[in-house]
Amino acid sequence: MTEKLIFEQSAPGRSATAQYPQAGAPPSLPDALRRRTPPVLPEVSELQAVRHYTRLSQLNFSIDTHFYPLGSCTMKYNPRACNQYAMLPEFLGRHPLAPESTGQGVMQCLWELQEMLKDVTGMRGVSLTPMAGAQGEFAGVAMIRAYHRARKDEARTEIIVPDAAHGTNPATATMCGCTVREIASLPNGDIDLDALRAAVGPRTAGIMLTNPSTLGIFERRIREVADVVHKAGGLLYYDGANLNAILGKVRPGDMGFDVIHMNLHKTFSTPHGGGGPGSGAVGVSERLLPYMPIPIVGRDGDRFRWLDERDLPQSIGRLSAFMGNTGVLLRAYIYMRMLGREGMHRVSEFAALNANYLMTRLAAAGFELAYPGRRAGHEFILTLRGEAREHGSNAMDFAKRLLDYGYHAPTTYFPLLVPECLLIEPTETEARSELDGFVDAMTAIRQEAQTDPEKLKGAPYTLPVRRLDDVRAAKQLDLAWKAA
Amino acid sequence: MSKVPAELRFLKSHEWARLEADGTVTVGISDHAQQALGDLVFVEVPEPGRRVVAGEACAVVESVKAASDVYSPVNGEIVAGNAALGGQPELINQEPYGSGWIMRVRPEDKSQFAAMLDAKAYEAALAAETH
Amino acid sequence: MPFIPHTADDIREMLATIGVPDVEALFDEIPQALRSDALASIPPALTEMEVGRLMSERAARDGRPLNFIGAGAYEHHVPAAVWAIVTRGEFYSAYTPYQAEASQGTLQLLYEFQSMMTSLTGMQVSNASLYDGASAVAEACLMAVRANRRSKSARILLPAALNPTYREVLAAIAGNQDLRFETLPYDARGGCTTAASLEKYRGEDITAMVIQQPNFFGTLEEVDALTDFAHTAGMLVIAVVNPTSLALLKPPGEWGVKGVDIVCGEGQPLGIPLSSGGPYFGFMTTRMEHVRQMPGRIVGRTVDLDGKPGYTLTLQAREQHIRRSKATSNICTNQGLLVTAGTIYMALLGAQGLASVAASCMERSAQLVDALTRIPGVRLAFDRPRFHEAVLLLDRPVAPVLEALAARGIVGGYDLATHYPALGPALLTCATETRAPAEIDAYARALGEVLKSAAAA
Repeated sequence: MTEKLIFEQSAPGRSATAQYPQAGAPPSLPDALRRRTPPVLPEVSELQAVRHYTRLSQLNFSIDTHFYPLGSCTMKYNPRACNQYAMLPEFLGRHPLAPESTGQGVMQCLWELQEMLKDVTGMRGVSLTPMAGAQGEFAGVAMIRAYHRARKDEARTEIIVPDAAHGTNPATATMCGCTVREIASLPNGDIDLDALRAAVGPRTAGIMLTNPSTLGIFERRIREVADVVHKAGGLLYYDGANLNAILGKVRPGDMGFDVIHMNLHKTFSTPHGGGGPGSGAVGVSERLLPYMPIPIVGRDGDRFRWLDERDLPQSIGRLSAFMGNTGVLLRAYIYMRMLGREGMHRVSEFAALNANYLMTRLAAAGFELAYPGRRAGHEFILTLRGEAREHGSNAMDFAKRLLDYGYHAPTTYFPLLVPECLLIEPTETEARSELDGFVDAMTAIRQEAQTDPEKLKGAPYTLPVRRLDDVRAAKQLDLAWKAA
Repeated sequence: MSKVPAELRFLKSHEWARLEADGTVTVGISDHAQQALGDLVFVEVPEPGRRVVAGEACAVVESVKAASDVYSPVNGEIVAGNAALGGQPELINQEPYGSGWIMRVRPEDKSQFAAMLDAKAYEAALAAETH
Repeated sequence: MPFIPHTADDIREMLATIGVPDVEALFDEIPQALRSDALASIPPALTEMEVGRLMSERAARDGRPLNFIGAGAYEHHVPAAVWAIVTRGEFYSAYTPYQAEASQGTLQLLYEFQSMMTSLTGMQVSNASLYDGASAVAEACLMAVRANRRSKSARILLPAALNPTYREVLAAIAGNQDLRFETLPYDARGGCTTAASLEKYRGEDITAMVIQQPNFFGTLEEVDALTDFAHTAGMLVIAVVNPTSLALLKPPGEWGVKGVDIVCGEGQPLGIPLSSGGPYFGFMTTRMEHVRQMPGRIVGRTVDLDGKPGYTLTLQAREQHIRRSKATSNICTNQGLLVTAGTIYMALLGAQGLASVAASCMERSAQLVDALTRIPGVRLAFDRPRFHEAVLLLDRPVAPVLEALAARGIVGGYDLATHYPALGPALLTCATETRAPAEIDAYARALGEVLKSAAAA
């Protein structure tokens, strides 16, 4: 089931000539700037290219083909309608710098998206420009810094991060010129309020949190956490990666957060695309409104226009060359319009139903929950440390063997706090039969681990490749094809 | 179980150090550390002549799953970095206390070396950590 | 309820299994005081048919004017096969290839992409994309500061002729990390950056210099002289390039004596429609010696347990999910779907096809400049060679002219008044292979009418 590289299928002179524009006069370029040898790109016919990339696609797992319970990624169904209507030729053919008079249709969609996102998050302002969750985080921390600087409080450069946080959080803090202060979680998964009180002070710029946390658990004392941080002069940042758990039930604005980033490619079902594009829209409370990244869609009566540095002179600036990932934003808009008010409530209800059902059934099947006795939000954690101890099968081995059973593995080894963990998020769009099948597979694999642990170590067996040598990949770097 | 040679000194951050006859201090990472990191794929050693202070990150060891800083235990001047690690980072996995040494420092102040954990204290720290 | 498959029986039985009376009980850990209300401003749900109608109405309002803007996003013909394949579910709804064995399609495609980009730019290694061209330049500057061990200043020279929005994004993204940006003026006659303007930096500690080719005006820079000066002065050179132009122009890996150190740019011209501004993708390539400083995902080729070749994400220890606060960047997502489009586009066109696209762009834009400068009151601003864009000087403010053209269904170009007021009324206009001669004539006729009907300034 392997596919040669496209370069290995090339032949000199072979080409897809239907794609070449009409030949004209050869361009005159200064000799010193002219390219001497052509770049090494494929030389294949159109059918060869189509066949090659179609066959490559068939080597992938995807939501459209497999149950994909990746915790913290919210792999729900990507409705085809979102793609179709976001790619209407008028939206697709529009240049971002074309006059606003020619873009009222798309701008109305974006404006309404801003308004809907404000409502579901309980925030006062929304900017759609960050192009991914990590950029949204960057915008959030940058706004917090801008806020303190505007108040001449230059000492506030410390960002508090729970030890269970996603790696982008501390990385973002560093990118914003802040230092990171980690605080430990309690054994039950909640934040240690005493540790928090000890950690805040005049150097605190803010805290980065997600709720439910990366441990899949709702921080019940979030208002107290907010009070502690606010009283110390810091602001609260909400990592919206887990918004699917509370959509329509709780709003980050109501929990006391000052800024949130959303992952439209998670909660609002825009496609994951093999690693992007994402969209990390940010929402802010009243005090951060002046600092929002630009541009933002504004409305004067029934006309829409772009708000820029003249309207927000204290903005943290532009994070993209244009106005963010418009195509992704349109897909999120269409999704939200198809869900509507009622549908927005149902998302978290069924995400929680599926997660708690799966958690209950796996616990009953003998798997160890990392936080028994807590409700799952939209995801939960299993620890396979018992299995690892008993017969040496670890989370990696289970994950690889699940692939043979036709399931994409859950997230492994995140959060770092829980040893040999699987972070499992079924999402609301999965039918019960799919969940039951997953439980059966996990049970069967556990059986295999008990009778023949070596079997798991050698998994997967039925995929295009066996387990890959990561060490060799990093030591003997082969990052680009070279002609023989 | 990891090896903890009795004659060496250690930092809580898993560096080991040996005082050589010529007064320089050789530094590497412990057997425990190399086990935790897994197969090393890349090591960056410091340039000779560089002045460092105790606690300063001087080298980086990288495996598939982690990249860690290696800290100098003493103030001083780097005398040498182990050039062999460029082509063979796995020496650290194979002989963390021998051919897998990472750097050599000429210390300004021998008392900093003496203040490091001895083998027993490091073993105790390891036991507490893995609990 | 759209997309939710549960029947009443499912719900009842699942609740019983969990041991709760109703779905509300699953939220019992959330304090009542925090529970939100009805989401009043979200409208009721639309069926797919209804939302289709809504979107069609909105689209119809915008219509499809004739496009003559470049300024960082370029209209090219995208072969039908590209998006037919990109929107296959196996590419569209796949995730980041963390489980390599289940993602060989995406991973091999990314390896092919990396291979194509290294060759196109004349460098040795590529990453698997960044968000867009502007953020790629910001990442390149941060990378240069990390990679240039000899320099301590973190001072970076930026041409005034560099895309002005890129400069703004640079300030927003890299400004918090103590980078200092200084501007190199452009020559008023040629619209390019001169080696003479670099003289004042001789002997200073400068970390890096950015060169955009073609620059924002569409003009071709003297890249060899600039690169060599920078290297002699101990600076790293960051090239910002248009990938279509690289089919005909000398790649940055061959600029000057040594070639540049980091290449980046906007990948949108490769198979991605204008899309009202995004999503696009940024690319970055570099020398092998800097590979560990390069942000973003990287795919490597290796073998599996049976010795068969396979592909996997590698050098992940640099990235946020492992290195955390010491990561090279906080980047997590890349632009996978867009890179898929770019790769298929490059495979369909090949070097010869891309060269013919580039040549056609140059031909059409030359025809456009010719036609427009015949109109009284329209002059070419700069006298140096160009790629496919040009700056035209008008005899009156540009904004009203553009509005009048828009009313005639023509998007004529980008007004440079905000960013380059020193030029006076100036219009950046572009024609690619997609503009037929009849369309260029239509623009010229319309502009002639617009300029005749209103009094000159």
